[in-house]
Amino acid sequence: MNTQLLAEVSAFLWREADLLDHCDYDNWLAQWREDGLYIVPIDPDATDFADRLNYAHDDHAMRVKRVARLVGGDSVSTQPVSRTVRSLSRFHILADDGQTVTVRAAQFLREFRKETLRDYTADVTYTLARDGSGEGGFKLIAKIVRLINSTDALHCIGYIL
Amino acid sequence: MTTASQAPGARDLSDLVRADRVHTSLYTDPAIFDEEMDRIFNNCWVWVAHASEVKEPGDFKSTYVGRQPVVVVRDRKQKIHVLLNRCRHRAATVCEEKKGRTNSFVCPYHGWSYGLDGSLRGVPHPESYGQCLDKGEFPLKSLRVEEYAGMVFATFKQDQEPLADWLGPAKKWMDLFMKQGGGFPIKVAGEHRFRFPGNWKIQLENTTDGYHFPVIHKSFLSTVDKQTEQMLDFVNGPGFVEDLGNGHSVMVMIPDLIDLEANLDAPIPARFEELAEELRADYPEDQVRRIVRAVGGSGFNLNLFPNIACSMAFFRVLRPVSVDETEIHHAVITMDGGPAAGNRARLRLHEHFQGPLGFGTPDDSEAWERVQKGAHAGTDLWILLNRGLPGERVTPDGRVSDVSAETGMRAAYQQWKKLMCATTAVPSSAAVPSVTTA
Ligand code: FES
Ligand SMILES: [Fe+2]
Repeated sequence: MNTQLLAEVSAFLWREADLLDHCDYDNWLAQWREDGLYIVPIDPDATDFADRLNYAHDDHAMRVKRVARLVGGDSVSTQPVSRTVRSLSRFHILADDGQTVTVRAAQFLREFRKETLRDYTADVTYTLARDGSGEGGFKLIAKIVRLINSTDALHCIGYIL
Repeated sequence: MTTASQAPGARDLSDLVRADRVHTSLYTDPAIFDEEMDRIFNNCWVWVAHASEVKEPGDFKSTYVGRQPVVVVRDRKQKIHVLLNRCRHRAATVCEEKKGRTNSFVCPYHGWSYGLDGSLRGVPHPESYGQCLDKGEFPLKSLRVEEYAGMVFATFKQDQEPLADWLGPAKKWMDLFMKQGGGFPIKVAGEHRFRFPGNWKIQLENTTDGYHFPVIHKSFLSTVDKQTEQMLDFVNGPGFVEDLGNGHSVMVMIPDLIDLEANLDAPIPARFEELAEELRADYPEDQVRRIVRAVGGSGFNLNLFPNIACSMAFFRVLRPVSVDETEIHHAVITMDGGPAAGNRARLRLHEHFQGPLGFGTPDDSEAWERVQKGAHAGTDLWILLNRGLPGERVTPDGRVSDVSAETGMRAAYQQWKKLMCATTAVPSSAAVPSVTTA
């Protein structure tokens, strides 16, 4: 096992998780390559997403809009903002071709808003481009968040998973 | 103090629905909710599926009619059945999947197996029954099923008026809505499901609530282009809401988009230019225009009492769970066999607004949650539904008023009152013990 790579990847992804929990969206957006996709699928078995319905299928423009909505103060479902704490673990490097690294991780997220504490558990697959310009040497080119209860009726989620 | 929990029979329900308001207890009283399940959901045509969801023989979908689990399935003769999801032996559900394809439904408990039409086919080790089990007497219980414009409805009431009569003037709006196939059959291609802690009628009202749009959806409107924003700025515009009878209503926000096959020569909106260019590679110009115009959806919301709406570009389905819990499905519509690029555009538009991570739905959901919470304050107060009343006038189909009028809600509550206060006994099949095969 390449523990050096594992350490680099987990450092990058823990930073991503920390930025989201602390609503530091400018730095989060900067972690992405422009053509990257943030996807929250419904179908747990889906591997292609463009031709099916997802919860979110964000390119750069949609990520920017999503962030603007979260911080803009016009959306009643994000006022007050949800507080979240997530932990990532069980990193598994699925592929590394020298240019991109694909890694799968377990994400445990707890959300508190108004009077309710909720849990969202997800299997998350990231594709990272080795990119000297990105913080930690990577840029996100895909983040696929497979909620384990994605096929159930969810409550609304006013933050980024 | 006691009024909120009194049994409905103990007071006059009809007094809770007035011409211009309804009583708060309609959102909060569990006894009223129980009564609604019997008198409305067990006693009306209830939408269960779009035909495309059970396209081939053996295709099934599990859902609910009111609180009762059912399976919608197409048999080999192309007939759609709606069957109670309950084994006739000792009641286990025979289907736990949301959708799929099968040859039969086999109860996992003792292995009774049923055909696609619900008939009881086989019983393991029948010897012990001797002559005391006639399989013909124990099919999965069937509801009556009828279809209009691809929309499939079921009812427990065998003597219910024909679906076409129940829909009445709503039918022409359903026909118009289906034009968003852009020349292709329309197909339900998935759905967003979410729940909110509130009464089902809060959602029922919302489908023809133009008043809320610019307020609650301000953050969504700030994420669309200027042209779309202007198009959606309809509250002071020429649109209207019309009561179509039997609790159905339509809200036309964008009159120009009532008929998606009209005005095909109009300039293509800027946001669809890229798509049009992509389509030109495979389709002639007139078809490109027809598809592009259809992609954005219709300019109206059609509310069909009690549980389904044709809402601009998608189907909005409500399922009452309890007096203060409602599940909503927003089913996306695509063009069956249509261009992938056009369908992708529809999928992305749906994701933009709908669902638990959309830019619109969460704000609606938050507002509805607040309605339910607020309804526990001032339990003697009323929900006002008098907006647009002075301007309301009678039409051949019903009554019409301005686009942000509460005419549609008034229509739904008048139907609610009619059903809830009917003096004839409710022939609720659910409540009547029966071993007949129906
Ligand atoms: S309950 Fe279904 S076979 Fe016994
Ligand atoms: Fe809304």
